[in-house]
Amino acid sequence: MSSVVSAQPVVADLHDTTSRARKGLDKLFLGGLWMFTLVAIITLVTLVGTTLLKGYSRLNWSLVANFPSPFPGDAGIQAAIFGSVWVVVTSGLISLFIAMSTAIYLEEFADQRSRLNKLITINIQTLAGVPSIVFGILGLAFIARGWLGWGFTVGTASAVLTMMVLPVMIVSAREALKAVPSSLREGAFALGATRWQTIVKQVLPSAIPGIATGSILGVSRALGESAPLILLGALAYVSSNPTGFASDYTVLPLVILKYTQEAQEEFQAVGAAAIIVLLMLLVALNMIAIIIRDKSRKSW
Amino acid sequence: MSTASVSVGELQPSGRKLRQQRSERIIQFLLMIVATSGVLITFGVVFALVRPSVDFFRAISIGEFFGSTAWFPLYEPPDFGVWPLIVGTFSVMLLAVIIAVPGGLAIAFYLSQYASDRVRRKLKPLLEILAGVPTVVFGFFAINFVGPNVAAKIWVFSDVGFYSALSAGITVGLMIMPMMTTLAEDAMAAVPRSLIEGSYALGATKRETCTGVIFPAALSGIIAAGVIAMSRAIGETTIVLLAAGSTANFSFDIGQPMQTMSSFIGFAGLGDQPTGSTGYQTIFAVGLLLFVITFFLNMLSRRIVSKFREVYE
Repeated sequence: MSSVVSAQPVVADLHDTTSRARKGLDKLFLGGLWMFTLVAIITLVTLVGTTLLKGYSRLNWSLVANFPSPFPGDAGIQAAIFGSVWVVVTSGLISLFIAMSTAIYLEEFADQRSRLNKLITINIQTLAGVPSIVFGILGLAFIARGWLGWGFTVGTASAVLTMMVLPVMIVSAREALKAVPSSLREGAFALGATRWQTIVKQVLPSAIPGIATGSILGVSRALGESAPLILLGALAYVSSNPTGFASDYTVLPLVILKYTQEAQEEFQAVGAAAIIVLLMLLVALNMIAIIIRDKSRKSW
Repeated sequence: MSTASVSVGELQPSGRKLRQQRSERIIQFLLMIVATSGVLITFGVVFALVRPSVDFFRAISIGEFFGSTAWFPLYEPPDFGVWPLIVGTFSVMLLAVIIAVPGGLAIAFYLSQYASDRVRRKLKPLLEILAGVPTVVFGFFAINFVGPNVAAKIWVFSDVGFYSALSAGITVGLMIMPMMTTLAEDAMAAVPRSLIEGSYALGATKRETCTGVIFPAALSGIIAAGVIAMSRAIGETTIVLLAAGSTANFSFDIGQPMQTMSSFIGFAGLGDQPTGSTGYQTIFAVGLLLFVITFFLNMLSRRIVSKFREVYE
């Protein structure tokens, strides 16, 4: 790249009036940057503050121990907590299996330039950009009704959430496998190990921390997701914990959605308290991810 | 590990080796099948959207869908003009992008050029927490804080009620801002150090380096990030459903309640629409429109990155 540099000495500029204007603009710019950074911090603080203010009166044992009730003082979220655990754990395990298989195939077996590899990669990018409500439509058309006809059950919800978090999980699993140095693989091959032996005994053990943090992020997305489940019956009045894939269910985000829309102030307090429970679960998940990341930081 | 079964002079693989090779091939084949199953999901999405949409457009002409400005698909008699949803979607999206894109850029500039290591180590986790807050929580925040305390105060052109596109747009913007920050930071990190050092060596201030060197050098990545932010804002359902109400208003007054394409789908899903009814099919027709728009935006973003990227060295 070439550009014309004027022959005028630049030093003279430093002391004339334009430099004061420049300094003023510099300050204005930095002020703008501070303002937006402050907006982000204030958002987080007011968000947590508003929730605590509204919900602290219901932050007690009856909140997590009770089932829904027409009396706001007795209404609890036990069914939603168990529903969320059911849906998130099952979808997490299924998507982890699919994501690991896909990542291992793409990174360890397939020819990087093959058509199939490209097709799968483009497909993952496409899926990652699909709005979550559209997965709800897919679930409504094929899984809840229509082809599979599972109805509005735990099974339907975890199938849809599996599809939704799959792209995140695949991308992070691939990154984790990519980070394993090829010298490790070559060493194993040189000792006579087959490809699969190399993967199971050498590559996966060193990639597991990366895969684990990635899947925890995926799981936290599933835990907080509400849009597709609106279409899949999670807003229903459910007064028992799920017992299997065929059970009715509700989840924390949907219970929050329902109570937030209630007219009575006391019900809104239940929703706010449920938000605090949800946020605490999410923070706990992220702490686990951070601990895994820090414990296993290995340099090659 | 096994003892070496291949001696130097042996050219024919042993039976054990052959068995191993066969099982390796079976594993590879099984993995390939699972890996390809993701492609089926995409086909499933397209198929799920297209078939009921075809039925919908048999009953309602495309002319009526795009030619009318009244949207009451679940009432009797129904109206199927999609324009109120399109106007609502783009109002909320524009508001969100106006907040998220400059905001994300500013925070990215601050983090990458101005903030000390100590400040950055404190700020980054805060942004990560904000990025991880579920959308339904942002919806609660919109109703209880942004609507009454921000939207109602700053919009002087009309009375802002409990539900407004403004409150939804601001909140969606705040929700996307951390993602925009991360993407902009990544784009800026790709600008070579030497370019920035060169700018400082020529006597440019930090601001001049940010706006004159880093910004143009990272522009393709920043635009791509902005397009992704647009697509995220268009697809956002829960915040809009809670904050902007459920009346499909054909109006350009953002102080009014509005319905977007995705919040309509959520709203229609609340009531149990009988399978096969036109009301049920409307979900799919609007979903198809939403899918097509976000699909093209995401493709556009990838194109921008691959076509206009400045490659250094």
